[in-house]
Parts: sequence; C-alpha cells; structure tokens
Amino acid sequence: MSILGKLFGSDDAETNALVMDEPRPHSFLDHGAQDVIGKPINRVEGPLKVTGRAPYAAEYPAERLAYGVLVRATFGSGKITKIDDSAARALPGVIDVVADYDTFIRSPGQGGATEAPPQGVQEVHYFGEPVAVVVGETFEAARDGAAAVRLEYDEADASYAFAAHKDQGKEPKEDQIPGHSKQGDFAGAFDKAAVKIDVTYTTPSQNSTAMEPHASIAEWRDDTLILHGAYQMVASDQQQLAKALGVSADKVRIIARFVGGGFGSKLGIAPESVAAAVAAKKLGRPVKIVLARQQVYEATVRRSNTEQRIRLGTDANGKIDALSHNSLVTNTPYEQYWEPVAIGTHFLYGGENREMNHDLIALNLNAAGSMRAPGEAVGMMGLECAMDELAEQLGIDPIELRRRNEPAQEPEKGIPFSSRNLIPALEKGAQLFGWSQRKKAGTDRRGEWLHGMGVSSAVRTNMLMKSAAKVTLTTDGRAIIDTDMTDIGTGSYTILAQIAAETLGLPVEKVVVHLGDGKAPPSSGSGGSWGAGSAGSSVYLACEKIREKLAKSMGVAVEEMTLKDGRAIADNRVVPITELIDENLGVIGQIEPGKQEKKFHQAGYGAHFCAVKVNVVTGEVRVERMLGVFAAGRILNEKTARSQCLGGMTFGIGAAMTEEMIHDDRNGKVVNRDMAEYHVPSHADVPHLEVHFLEERDIHVNPIHAKGIGELGISGAGAAVANAIFNATGVRVRDFPITCDKIIEQLPFDA
Amino acid sequence: MRFTINQKTYEADVDVRTSLLDLCREHLGLTGSKKGCDHGQCGACTMLVNGRRINSCLSLAVMHQDDEIVTIEGLGTVEDLHPMQAAFVSHDGYQCGYCTPGQICSAVGMLDEVKKGWPSHVTGDLNEVSLNDAEISERMSGNICRCAAYPNIVDAIREVAGQLGDQAIKPAPRTANEQPAQEKVSA
Repeated sequence: MSILGKLFGSDDAETNALVMDEPRPHSFLDHGAQDVIGKPINRVEGPLKVTGRAPYAAEYPAERLAYGVLVRATFGSGKITKIDDSAARALPGVIDVVADYDTFIRSPGQGGATEAPPQGVQEVHYFGEPVAVVVGETFEAARDGAAAVRLEYDEADASYAFAAHKDQGKEPKEDQIPGHSKQGDFAGAFDKAAVKIDVTYTTPSQNSTAMEPHASIAEWRDDTLILHGAYQMVASDQQQLAKALGVSADKVRIIARFVGGGFGSKLGIAPESVAAAVAAKKLGRPVKIVLARQQVYEATVRRSNTEQRIRLGTDANGKIDALSHNSLVTNTPYEQYWEPVAIGTHFLYGGENREMNHDLIALNLNAAGSMRAPGEAVGMMGLECAMDELAEQLGIDPIELRRRNEPAQEPEKGIPFSSRNLIPALEKGAQLFGWSQRKKAGTDRRGEWLHGMGVSSAVRTNMLMKSAAKVTLTTDGRAIIDTDMTDIGTGSYTILAQIAAETLGLPVEKVVVHLGDGKAPPSSGSGGSWGAGSAGSSVYLACEKIREKLAKSMGVAVEEMTLKDGRAIADNRVVPITELIDENLGVIGQIEPGKQEKKFHQAGYGAHFCAVKVNVVTGEVRVERMLGVFAAGRILNEKTARSQCLGGMTFGIGAAMTEEMIHDDRNGKVVNRDMAEYHVPSHADVPHLEVHFLEERDIHVNPIHAKGIGELGISGAGAAVANAIFNATGVRVRDFPITCDKIIEQLPFDA
Repeated sequence: MRFTINQKTYEADVDVRTSLLDLCREHLGLTGSKKGCDHGQCGACTMLVNGRRINSCLSLAVMHQDDEIVTIEGLGTVEDLHPMQAAFVSHDGYQCGYCTPGQICSAVGMLDEVKKGWPSHVTGDLNEVSLNDAEISERMSGNICRCAAYPNIVDAIREVAGQLGDQAIKPAPRTANEQPAQEKVSA
C-alpha cells in the first residue's frame, strides 16, 4: 500500500508523484485523439444546477435536525460579563442557548492555515463577533431566540477609525512577499527623475459577497464529525476545524460538493462551523447554522482597505528608473494576514531603483483576509491608474508607455519569465477594441454624455500547490475521479473530466467526478487561481500512469499507443481498454511545486480595455463596453475560462464604481451589511463583455501547461474603468469607488 | 394548510413566521430555490406564484393557500430540461449555480411580463414593448449573480425569448412515475 493510500484509507492504489523541478515539455494533452481538452463543452454538472438538484451545504437532510442562529456582540470591544438568555429560553421551540467562550472561533480561519483560527469570544474584538448560538426546533424559533438574547458587557477602548491611526502602521512579517522591500536607491533616483508622478490612491474594505451565505450542518456519528460546509479548501479546513474542537484530524470529515461562490471568503472555516459542531455535540443531534447575510458582512473576512502611495520617476521618454508602491493596510489586532498590495508591482515593470513597503495597522474591525486576487485586485488599481497618469503627463499612449517599460527578465530576482505575453495582449486588445479611436481626455462630448476609453495591464502570479487525486479506470470503461478538490463555480468538475477524458481517450460522459469530500485524496483546494493547474495536474498524472499500464498490458510502447473512445490503438491493433485490465485500476496522481518556481518567474498576463460614458449633469457612469485579452497557458475549457474572466472583469467594475464596506468610526460596526447597501454589480451595470485568449503553453508551471485564470480577470479591471472615466471627463478620482458625487465635484460647473 | 407547488398538493401546518422560501426549503424538501439574503435584495429565491415572479423570502407561507406555485423543480428535470434551463447550460449562464434557479424562474416570469406588454424603466415607447438586451438586463436586475454570468444569462434569455410562446411559464409535463400526489407534512 502506498503512503498516500494509507493516508486516505484507500486501497492499494499506486502513486504517480511529480515534483516540478524540471520543465515538462511533453504533455499527452497536446497529443490526445479524443479532442476534448480546451473545447468549450458545457459544464458537466450543469443540469443539476439549473434544475435546483445540486445540493449546497445547507441542503442535506438529517434526522432530528435542529437549527442554530448565531448571537453577535453588539459592541466593538470589551468583555462579556453575562449572556442573559432567559427570554430566549422561554420562547416556544428554543432548545438551548449554547455559549462556549473558549471553543468558539473569534474570526474565520485564514486560507490554507492548518492551525485553529483565533478562539475565545468572551473578549470581544470587533462589532458583530459571534459569541453564542441559539438552537431551536425550527429556524424561526432559533432566529427569534437569538434576537431575545441580551449581552451584558464592559466596553473597552479600541481603535476603529483608519484615518486616526495612519501613523501606527507596523512592518508585517514576510508572507508571499516581504513586508518592506528595497532595491537600489529609490529616493536618489526619484529626486533626479525627469518626469515624476507622486499620487495616493485609496481603496475601501470589500466583501466577497458570494451568493451562498456561509453554512454548516454538523452531525456527530459516534466520535466523528461529519460537516456539510461551504468551503474552498477542504483538507486544511478539516485541520482548522479539528484543532478548534480539540479532536484529531481523522475525526473530522468535511463535505462540500457544491459551493455557492467563495472568492476567498470560504478559504478558511467560518464561525458557524465550530458553533454547529459544539451545539450538535452538546445536544446529541445534528445542527444546521446558516449565516444571515448581515453576519456574512460582519463576521467573515473582508478585503482590507488600502492607502497606496505610488511614485514613478522616469527619463524624458517615460522609461522608469524609480518605482515605489507603499501601502497602509488593516487587520484585527490579533491577525497576522496583510493585503500584499504590491505583489504585482514587484515584477510588472522594469526600473532599477525600487521600494515597496506595506505597513499593517491594527484596528478593531472584522478580520481581513484573502478576497479574489489578494494584492493585485487593489494594488493594480493604484499602480495602473498611476501609469495612466504618467502616460498623460508624458503625452504618450498608455500602451506605448508599457512597451517602454517591459522588462527582459524579472526585475528584482533577475530570473527569466516562464512565459510573458503582456505586450501582445495589450496590442491584440487595442486592435480588437478600436483603441485608436480614443480621444484626448474630456473632449468627446455627445449631448449630455462624455465618452472615454481606458486601458490597464493585468497580471497574476501563478502558483502550484501540492495536490492529489485518485483516478480509477473501471472494468466497464469509465474513469472515476476522487479528490477533495472543490468547484466553487470555477469549472473544476468539467475541466477535470476533460483532462481525464483526453488523457485516457474516453468520451467526457464516461468520466465521473467526485469532489469536495474530505475523505478523498487532499487537493490544493480552490484559491489563488491554483486549482486548475494543481488539481488538474494530479488528475493528469494519475491518468499518465494508467496509460503506461494500458500500454504495458497491450505490449506496446506508451508513446506508440493512441487512446480514443474507450479503445487503445497501436501496432495495427484496436483493443477496447476494458480488455486491457482485469479489475478496476486505481492510481493516485500527485503534484508538488519544485525548483521551477524558483528558476522561472511564473504569472499570467493580460490587458483590459473599457469604454464608458459619464453624464455631465449627474456624474452617472455607464460602462458601455469592456474587453479583456488574457494569456494563461493552456486554456482547459474555453467556455468556463471565459466565464471566469467575465466574473473577474465584473468584480473590477464593482471595485471601480460601487463596492465599499463602510465601518462606523465610533465602534467599527459594518454600516452597510446587506446586499441593498453593499452594491455589487447587477445585470444593468454590466454590458456585453468580450474575452479573448492568447495561445500559450507554459512548460515550467506544471505538466498540463495551464496557469490560473480566476484572478487574472480582476487584476487591473477596475483601473481600466477608472482610466476610462478620466479619459471621458478629465477628472481623476483617486478615492475608490468612483461614485457620482466624487466626479461631479470636479466637473466644470457650467457643464 | 394546503399548498399547490409544481402541480403537487402539499398539506402542512405552518408557523405564521415561516416564509414561502423556508416552507419549501426546510419543510417540503424543495431546496432548489435559494436563500441568498432573506431580504428580497438578491433574487435567488425567485418563484412563480400564479404566473408572476416573486421573492419568496419576502412572502409568508400562510399567504399562499391555494396559489399556483412553481419553483425551479417544477420547470424541468435533469432528463427533461425546460428550454430556459437548457439555454442556461449551453450559454454557461451560471458559475457556482447558487443564484441560477432564481435567475431562471425570474427569466421565465419576465418573458411573460414582456408578452403582456408591461413596460420597464428602459422602455422607450410604452405602446411598443419589445425585448432587447437592454430590456433583458434591466428587467433581470433584481437577480444578482456575484460570479457575474450576466452576459451569458442575457444570451440565454435572448435565445429562448423567441421560442417559448405561451409555454413560457407552464411547468414541465410529469413523467410516468411522478403522478400528482398529496403529501402531508408538518411544517
């Protein structure tokens, strides 16, 4: 039995493991005869979703199910002295009020963490911290019970207002990038620069606002917890949950077959999971807790607000010599996570003298964590607007400015790029969009509307994560994939089926994909755009080994064998593959990052183009057109990849124009904690968006040559919108979101 | 109380506080309609009641005795998709799928409103109500999709708009083993 087999309690499956130390130029995906990889096939789980038959976390039936509703702290900081639950307990249908100060988690777990999230809720650190759960026979009883609970507490002084604490930033611990980073002599070079930009942009806190609120059904079977949850990373979430509950990891099984969106907010466990597990244990019956939408805003991770000072110093031709991108970000006092604002700035443009500092300010607000493209999503709004300002000042086209600053290699580490198609993406986009029609800022007025176009680069670091999957070729000619990988709308079900179908020569219908079960081989999970490359590679590697075994069984060399429609073709013979195996053949594939990510800088690139019109009377902005061109290695499914980009671009529209989480400066309360007040783009805000892909293979990233795409689409998208608004109006708003009021106050009064 | 949902009769004792959405999701096993906000802000819970689309989270179950209620489960099945469901699949009018049942019910109800000549905010001539992309986007703006499949949803609805005619909001025909039945549950 393999080590992995033992680990997952599975059978004697052989393992095909690969550490990505060397480039992998050969891929069966380039030579498959099935011809399904990359094709825009429909999502394999689509019919379940459109008929309402796909079960999400809160939709599993359970015997004697009880309902829990969380009680939140109604103050910003201090200590609870008493939970007065007498009124709640007196209500019909209320079963219990469960308060476990020590075990309940204070904040959600961070993505990928394998330790318990911060625990202990008697001390309250932010308004909305969940402190107890009321359990009822029905949802209505629990909800009314939760409303009837009264907290007694001693309030403590705390820090809530960003503006009042800007001088209290501290250098955070190195994470994906260093907190502070310097190269050359930035100050000296900036001082001598012929052309200078020194601008400060601010972005507000944001919320992922996945459509499915965080939900858990906890059920103990003997001493094992089965938790149906809404999670992106099942394996590490099991560890977080087990440690929070003080049980061993093999006593916790999370199941997340369908997840109603995540965008980072479901990377780590959320407060309802531990509360449901504790209550279920205490009551001896399954407990379901679904966060109210308001609790999603108050008690799950937000994207930190940022203040970004960007300084660009160039020669007379616009070649950057001095580049600085310094940011202030925030988090709850006990949290270490910080928004890596300059993560893309490190390698996007050249320039000898560089400085990128991040300082973390502790505020008593709900925890900040990863939200779609942490770093780039906000950092690129600052950087790419500053680049637009630089182009304007130099009087050159923004695309030409980027051409002049294209580095030959990674500018800080001095290593080659594994693949980089930034300039081709900009050029293709310019041509498709009609960029040459762009006019001088503020000059294209038609009636009461000002028209403009904007551009931005897109970049997202590519990551490979350790990931495993088991593929079983069955004697009836199907391939069954088992992995704890999740599909949060990204298309995992479909692309994994396509990878197996192409590699094993099976129709997609013959591939069965089981996802989201913590009992299955542990995967990368969904996050950081690494899911397709990592989980996809594990499936590929398992299939690669199965191919070898089929070839051996047929008595031919693997490279001479063609697999198509369930048949092996070689040596002038055609044999059904079911005749090449005696019993079900299971192989575990496993990928791990290796030296390639140190030897080559790996990222996806792209370009955004946007056309807006702005009303001169009201300041209303309408996005008229938007176009993105992306290069992210092999596109595994043109249809689902395009949808990922549509989603990212639309997040960009929201970030540029409407999304803003507002905290009350007096107590940190989230003021706009529902979907009527936190404005994500709706149908009427989003025009028909165009998405194009550049043909690319990246042999350094993984054996399937695909890079992440879910976050590339958001990177720079908001900047393209903002730059279009500037081009339309001549007004530069540096405080996101760009709402009507901020435009009007700068528009000429006689407009 | 008695409820007619997807042409099936259910009898249930209902808490007066229970929303139509929670009746379906928590008591009748009809989990296709989704709860996204419970405040009528996201549209994920959209159902068709007497042919009209409503946010079922904003309506109490006790208000619906003898109403004709159609949920996503009543429009079609995996084996026999409603044309709108099929169009959502082929145009990738979803990603995570959570808002999808609401989008589809809303789209079906919306097309019927257009057919009846009801104008929207973007209708130029109130005597000439017709469907175009701007009308679809405006009329579907009560259904939020955070994955942002909006352009694909518009494509799907545009494609279906021409095909449906009067069949727009009728539930799919029952299969042989799914005869009208009475179910008694305690809600």
